[in-house]
Amino acid sequence: MRRVVITGAGTVNALAQDLRGTMAAMAEGRSGIGPLQLPDVDRLSVKIGAQVAGWQPEAHFARQELALCDRFTQFTLVAAREAVAQSGLDLAGEAGLGAGVVLGTAAGGVTTWDESYRAVYAEGKNRVHPFVVPKLMNSAAASHVSMAFGLRGPVFTVSTACASSNHAMGLAFQMIRAGNAEVMLTGGAEAMLCFGGIKAWEGLRVMSPDGCRPFSADRNGMVMGEGAGVFVFEEYDHARARGAVILAEVAGFAMTSDAGDIVMPSVEGASRAIAGALRDAGLAAGDVGYINAHGTGTAANDRVECAAVRAVFGAAAERVMISSTKAMHGHVIGGTGAVEMVACLMALRDGVIAPTIGHSGTDPDCALDVVANAARQVRVGAVLSNAFAFGGLNAVLALRRI
Amino acid sequence: MRDRIIAIIAEQAVLDVADVTPESRLAELGIDSLGLVEAIFAIEEAFDISVPFNANDPAAGGFDLTSVGSVIAAVEGLVAQKAA
Repeated sequence: MRRVVITGAGTVNALAQDLRGTMAAMAEGRSGIGPLQLPDVDRLSVKIGAQVAGWQPEAHFARQELALCDRFTQFTLVAAREAVAQSGLDLAGEAGLGAGVVLGTAAGGVTTWDESYRAVYAEGKNRVHPFVVPKLMNSAAASHVSMAFGLRGPVFTVSTACASSNHAMGLAFQMIRAGNAEVMLTGGAEAMLCFGGIKAWEGLRVMSPDGCRPFSADRNGMVMGEGAGVFVFEEYDHARARGAVILAEVAGFAMTSDAGDIVMPSVEGASRAIAGALRDAGLAAGDVGYINAHGTGTAANDRVECAAVRAVFGAAAERVMISSTKAMHGHVIGGTGAVEMVACLMALRDGVIAPTIGHSGTDPDCALDVVANAARQVRVGAVLSNAFAFGGLNAVLALRRI
Repeated sequence: MRDRIIAIIAEQAVLDVADVTPESRLAELGIDSLGLVEAIFAIEEAFDISVPFNANDPAAGGFDLTSVGSVIAAVEGLVAQKAA
């Protein structure tokens, strides 16, 4: 069977605007969460977030490009450039025919929607910028990545709320394994930290007013982040033939649906996804050294996620390390699995396990080894990345050191 | 105020207002977490107040959501605060 490896990685998020900086911050256990810098922040009840501070689009794009790129597309393109550069691939010409893009986002160009609504409704203007539609479409980032690198195979976007990036990466993996492509750029992005985006989240009453503390007894909700992660997935022999540096192998993937509730997670659905990813990868639970948790910091997610891990891992649950890096980069919504893939690569490649920061006390319902507050140096052979979205859409990836 | 709050809760519980009394407990009326969030939103809109409520820790805001009567008392408190 064809195998799939990762040969390039790039990211933009609140911790750093590149891979190296993000890994360094994760290893230090630094938080990117702080007071929101936004117009009208006084009208928000949620006043913290993990914003990409000091983002300078002009440093990365010409004026004509910026007119077409929402913030989520900007993050995606910068991350994609980093990933492709690291991979050393040249996909111009014929090579681009066997290469594609599949990205995840929950809300796409929500900043563009927000600004345009503000213009016509609040400011009474009667026209919006002519490129609003091509900027806001959920697939805009995938199209721009395809154009930037000449990728002319399958290119599309998937949207499954907070599991979007994991679904995207899982599909990219399956497509290469099935022989539909040799190379896929995959991951995802979100840029929902605008006034309307936060207003929408406020309503659900699941946001923390003071910080993201996954698995901690005193956790009180999620904190929103923004950013992108993009990875080069490549067929193993294709990567070997050109002498590429391989960061990790994508070993398995599974997706399940709870078919239960539009917001509440389910142990059963999450368990089936975890077990399915292990089975697809040919791994036993005991082979897995680290799980990058969905770990949103809400009461419900963390409790259900730990129960699901216990259900699948049995006795091995006592030995596996499980951390949520959302306490550092925030919940990047549809892009979150992509940013969290960075922690998975760091674990497999460098043996550095990113911590769950902000952990002040054990919740009996979350009493696993959550790598509280400080990173650890442990060599691991396989990792899982969990994503459990609103609407009961679960997507779990399994990766292996190579 | 009492009747408006009962009407809001009855609508969420899909019950006749006559079946909702101050003694009724919200859980017993069949109001789930989403129903609760929607009822709080309706109360905020009806009385122009902000209810301190975090679904992760329902007890934290000091807004007692145990029974219809406790909700009425809590809303009365917030409305009085606003007037003061």
